[in-house]
Amino acid sequence: MRSNLGFFSDEKFRSIFFQTLVVGLFALGLFFVISTTSYNLEKRNIATGWSFLQNPAGFDISFSPFLEFKSTDTHLKVYFVGVLNTLLVSITGCIAATILGFILGIVRLSSNWLLSRLVYIYVEFSRNVPLLLQIILWYSILIQLPRVKQSLQVLDVFYISNRGLYSPRPIFESGFSYVSIAIVLALISSFLINRWAKKRQDKTGQQFPVFSSSIGLIFIVPLILFFILGSPLSFEHPELKGFNFKGGLVIRPEFIAMFLALSIYTAAFISEIVRAGIMSVSKGQREASAAIGLKQTWIMRLIIIPQALRVIVPPLTSQYLNLTKNSSLGIAVGYADLVHGFGGISLNQTGQAIECMAIVMATYLSISLTISFFMNIYNRSIQFKEK
Amino acid sequence: MNEMNEVRKPPVATTGIIGWLRINLFFNWTNSLITLFVIYCLYQFIPWILDWTIFSADFKYNYLGEQITNQEMCSRNLDPENGGACWAVIYVRFYQFIYGFYPKVEVWRVNLAYVMLAFALLPLLYAKLPYRKYFLYFTYIFPIIAYFLLNGGLGFTEVSTNKWGGLLVTLVLGCTGIALAFPIGIMLALGRRSKLPVISMMCTLFIEFIRGVPLITLLFFGMVMLPLFLPEGIDMDGLVRVLVAVTLFQSAYMAEVIRGGLQAIPPGQYEAAKSLGMSYWRMNLLIILPQAIRISIPPIVNTSIGLFKDTTLVIIVGILDLLGIGRGTLADTNWLGLSYEIYFFVSLVFFIFTFGMSRYSLYLEKKLKTGINMGAD
Repeated sequence: MRSNLGFFSDEKFRSIFFQTLVVGLFALGLFFVISTTSYNLEKRNIATGWSFLQNPAGFDISFSPFLEFKSTDTHLKVYFVGVLNTLLVSITGCIAATILGFILGIVRLSSNWLLSRLVYIYVEFSRNVPLLLQIILWYSILIQLPRVKQSLQVLDVFYISNRGLYSPRPIFESGFSYVSIAIVLALISSFLINRWAKKRQDKTGQQFPVFSSSIGLIFIVPLILFFILGSPLSFEHPELKGFNFKGGLVIRPEFIAMFLALSIYTAAFISEIVRAGIMSVSKGQREASAAIGLKQTWIMRLIIIPQALRVIVPPLTSQYLNLTKNSSLGIAVGYADLVHGFGGISLNQTGQAIECMAIVMATYLSISLTISFFMNIYNRSIQFKEK
Repeated sequence: MNEMNEVRKPPVATTGIIGWLRINLFFNWTNSLITLFVIYCLYQFIPWILDWTIFSADFKYNYLGEQITNQEMCSRNLDPENGGACWAVIYVRFYQFIYGFYPKVEVWRVNLAYVMLAFALLPLLYAKLPYRKYFLYFTYIFPIIAYFLLNGGLGFTEVSTNKWGGLLVTLVLGCTGIALAFPIGIMLALGRRSKLPVISMMCTLFIEFIRGVPLITLLFFGMVMLPLFLPEGIDMDGLVRVLVAVTLFQSAYMAEVIRGGLQAIPPGQYEAAKSLGMSYWRMNLLIILPQAIRISIPPIVNTSIGLFKDTTLVIIVGILDLLGIGRGTLADTNWLGLSYEIYFFVSLVFFIFTFGMSRYSLYLEKKLKTGINMGAD
């Protein structure tokens, strides 16, 4: 028995029908939202458009290490300060979390039962307590540090107080640029030496002291140049004046709390990823490399880690993405990142919620896509190369 | 010939307590050194933390024997030499931590909902439960019962959601978010794998967009932008707006986890179902999804743990969950300066829930013997 809706059983027709239906409903919904929104905006006297970006912000930002910020600056500058602060805490957090995570992941596999249990307890506690709580906890510890007048002094030049960490600020004098050029050149040449040495070893089997020559190039050559040019670098020390320090470089407790919480929290996840990665390398690999007489450290560096990285890198990428997105929690302790500065204060001052949120979301999306892009390139470079 | 006669020592013991200690703690001299150092650190740290949390701590009374009603009466504030943690703050504010500002006369409703939640979860968590089928019916109608029980209606007096708080809000957000995100996540996952290009593209865009932005921006979206999108007169409850954001967020992550399960199903299953003449929905509902969901249960639990922890973010938009009540208590002059006690308690409650969930996921993983693992937050 055929139903009289025969054409409806046709797959091609149905596919077009359903897709048109979905697009139609979506367009209808969009039209409804846009029309009610524009009505609501008009009724509440909220301006639209992007001109607010050029208006003066009218508030101060306490932590802006890269750009000088005054309250007369525009909202656009608030945005740039926010992006830079987000990137600062994300990048430093990712680096610290990776180092800590790798160390902990390897220690977790140590044959010492006590040590590996200790790392296990750390991992479970830090994974199972909400990150926001950890950020707030670190912040509450940091602001209970002594006041500025009684600040702790470390090595005579660092001052730790509840206003943050004060350290000397380096001042680069003329001539320092030569030193930095020398460092860059040394980095490039040691990279080239490394490539050349690898090629030669593959061809002839001869080894070249890459590590020591690179150290010499990167550290000793610029250092000699530095002294020849008459040490073109001086430090501005922080000085206690009245109720606060003047001068020097200050790292605010908000940043320190964010940095500590983000890196410690993410390191717990990374250590588990590293552990799983190392355990995924089969036991035979380790035994075979021991059988051909490789040293214990070489087995790790040349055999285990390169194979483990194939398993480690994809989930590591998602941890980096998580850390970057989690840096938006800075708003809880008043760290002036993208969400707090631009998506919070600017939004409240101008009332232009749609524009502000659109910019913030688009920025996070582009940061996420950029991280994915570079990690995918790296991932491709370490995968098995089929010959 | 002399060497042959030499008596060799017996091999060192590798069994028993001594053997275990030798292998695991004192394998060689670096290992022994590390062990001794760790033991020394623990020896310094453990007595101190035990003393602070238990032995010198005040639970209800201070060292003078008075009942503590504010922070000035805590032993450690009366005499800094003599006293550890002041848990009295938790004791005094316990009601708020568990129920928020829910009226005391009506609190039995919350208690009943907590008990019913346990019964509703039972058949989901334990597959061998006797009469599981009937328990499952209860699980399906539980959300409706809970709504009327907590919110009011059907003869119950109404309790506005701004009186809710503490663990109640944490559990409502966590459970509702997970329960709603599950079906939406399945639809999104099927949509993303659909052969219809428009639907697949829309689902992919939605999932990738949500996964690319932080939850806090979605919460702002729910709080600030959602009211602008709706026609006048429709005034959404604050908790509902937050729930919309949390559910959207969770369903994108759930979709990716379920998609992972769908990808693991061999194409033969699809082909076999189609050759039996099954329609798309029948094939998915009866053949594909049951298998796909089964293998993705461990990662589903993992993302659920992530969501449970992320519910704390709602304090930023002014909803008082467990952490929010903790911060509120700290802002009270009566309990100023007891941040360690309060944060310790809140962490402990979260730890119990999330650690329990992660143990459960491990148990399932062992039971199902599946090795699918996805990066869950």
